[in-house]
Amino acid sequence: MHVILEQIINGLTIGSFYALIALGYSMVYGVLKLINFAHGDFFTLGSYLGYTVLVFGAALLTAHFGLWGALMAALVFAGVSLAIVGLIVERVAYRPVYPAGRLPAVVSALGASIFLQNAIMVGWGPRFQAYPAALIPNVHIQLGNIHLTLLQIVILLLSFVLMGTLYYIVQKTTFGAAIRATAHDRKTASLMGININKVILFVFTLGPALGAVTGIMVGMYYRQISFTMGWNYGLKAFTASVLGGIGNIPGAMLGGLILGVLEMLGAAYISAAWKDVFVFIILILVLIFRPTGILGEKTAEKV
Amino acid sequence: MERTPINGIGRLASSRQLHIALATAVFLIYPFLVSDYFIDIAFYFGIYTLLGLSLNIVLGEVGLFDLGHAGFYAIGAYTTAILNTKFGIPILVLLPLSALAAALFAYVVCSPVIHLQGDYLLIVTLGMGEIVRLALINNPFDLTGGPNGVFGIDFPSLGPWLVIDSSLEYYFLIWLIVGLTILGLTRLQDSRIGRAWNYIREDETAANANGIDSRSYKLLAFVLGAALAGVAGNVYASKLMCVSPESFSFWESCLMFCIVLIGGMGSIPGVIIGAAFISLFPEIFRPFAMYRMLIFGSAMMLMMMFRPGGVWPRKRGAVKYESLLEGTGRSDA
Repeated sequence: MHVILEQIINGLTIGSFYALIALGYSMVYGVLKLINFAHGDFFTLGSYLGYTVLVFGAALLTAHFGLWGALMAALVFAGVSLAIVGLIVERVAYRPVYPAGRLPAVVSALGASIFLQNAIMVGWGPRFQAYPAALIPNVHIQLGNIHLTLLQIVILLLSFVLMGTLYYIVQKTTFGAAIRATAHDRKTASLMGININKVILFVFTLGPALGAVTGIMVGMYYRQISFTMGWNYGLKAFTASVLGGIGNIPGAMLGGLILGVLEMLGAAYISAAWKDVFVFIILILVLIFRPTGILGEKTAEKV
Repeated sequence: MERTPINGIGRLASSRQLHIALATAVFLIYPFLVSDYFIDIAFYFGIYTLLGLSLNIVLGEVGLFDLGHAGFYAIGAYTTAILNTKFGIPILVLLPLSALAAALFAYVVCSPVIHLQGDYLLIVTLGMGEIVRLALINNPFDLTGGPNGVFGIDFPSLGPWLVIDSSLEYYFLIWLIVGLTILGLTRLQDSRIGRAWNYIREDETAANANGIDSRSYKLLAFVLGAALAGVAGNVYASKLMCVSPESFSFWESCLMFCIVLIGGMGSIPGVIIGAAFISLFPEIFRPFAMYRMLIFGSAMMLMMMFRPGGVWPRKRGAVKYESLLEGTGRSDA
């Protein structure tokens, strides 16, 4: 019994990574109907920026603010930088192609992804980078039969706080209503006096910032980052957002967590090598029976 | 009864024939002027053209988002690799068999999901492509050789007197296949099937209302596209003499997607241009070393900024007016 509980907690940990990245996909998709293929690379870039701060500024930062302060500084720095990068990419790669429809934006997004990935490779080199060890004290916690690390708890707490905040903003505030309205019907929303550009700016700053924070958490969890990892995580996170119902923000969170748990259970009880196959089969089955995802609403969409 | 040719169209047709003749001449002469290295680049250009043409049926003609096309390509390549290395079946016999295997696979896996719309179809095809790749890595029944793949695939041969084993011969093999495919596809574009496909792409509801069985037409597109990708896989496997799962990653599917969109949806010359861009660009910019993919990415963005409809978009109203007048006794209205 405790094995299954531990696997679920491990699943929730990586599921929260997927969920946080999936939010970036889903928000952008909701507002612009654009699959932002560069989003996975935002995540990688955030991870590398955090790595740089932690490796080169750690001594100074730790001296002034302590270990937690240094970590906080890395998270904030990566988040803010990626918010700016997100805005630049939106302005340079996406805005000029919006009027031409959805498909040119796919190529543009893939181009942006290649660009960012190779920019990271040029900047930090093609080799794996190792995240500094013991940023968070390596404390093991025993809860009954369940074995946890402090790192896992911090990651879960931080992810759930971030998701909760975003959920609150989107579901409870006026601006959140504007975002949901834009996702529902952009044209009508703008006729109702919603500033679409503000909404676009919001999703292109917050999405990459969340991705960057996730990047740092992934770096701390796996201790190893590479310039191509965004592709893999992006794929999983995109899958998660479709599983939950793309464009739907609670759906992206739920999809990510479900995906993570399924993956871990699949690895534990079926086969570690086939876990991704298992995940994709579940995705396909869900879409066959619920073509718009778990929380997606049925709309009469003409594609 | 003799049809009087309309001057303008007659001239246009002859200039088009001239262009095709010129292009053919360049393709025939080119390999004799350059080294094997450049012939090989032209070979891969041919493979990507074939892959682009195959995806163009699904994405360009019918407008179905398929981001798992590398899966069909992989099925073709692995069918060839396994049957050739295990049973010694000649490559050229396996060419139609690979096409058939990929087509059958497409039929089986696409049937239950063909009703999905837009991006949901995209993610499902993406998932299928990934399942194929992961399955190949996991080496089911000890057939696929795991991450290392399958080695020792033969050269295609027609008896002992014609063995395709040099870069030059491969070059002609792939471009012969591409040429025949283009011939077939241009005929298909103007046929009843091609028009039904385009109708579904433009407005599926209206197409259904006009009696087009969109489900079967969409499946047909997937099956045909997969068959062509299977052919590409066959030639690719025998050229490389080995296949491994990493050649059929999600990235390959993305490249095919870009080929179709860079060239222009549903446009055959567009596919050739798109394939040229994808396969030649990284070679031309090789001197820039690690910066070349940066340039490549920027070029993709720039192209979409300036030519969002593709470099050579398909012209609207491709069915020529005068062909509709055929047999009516009128030359022009």
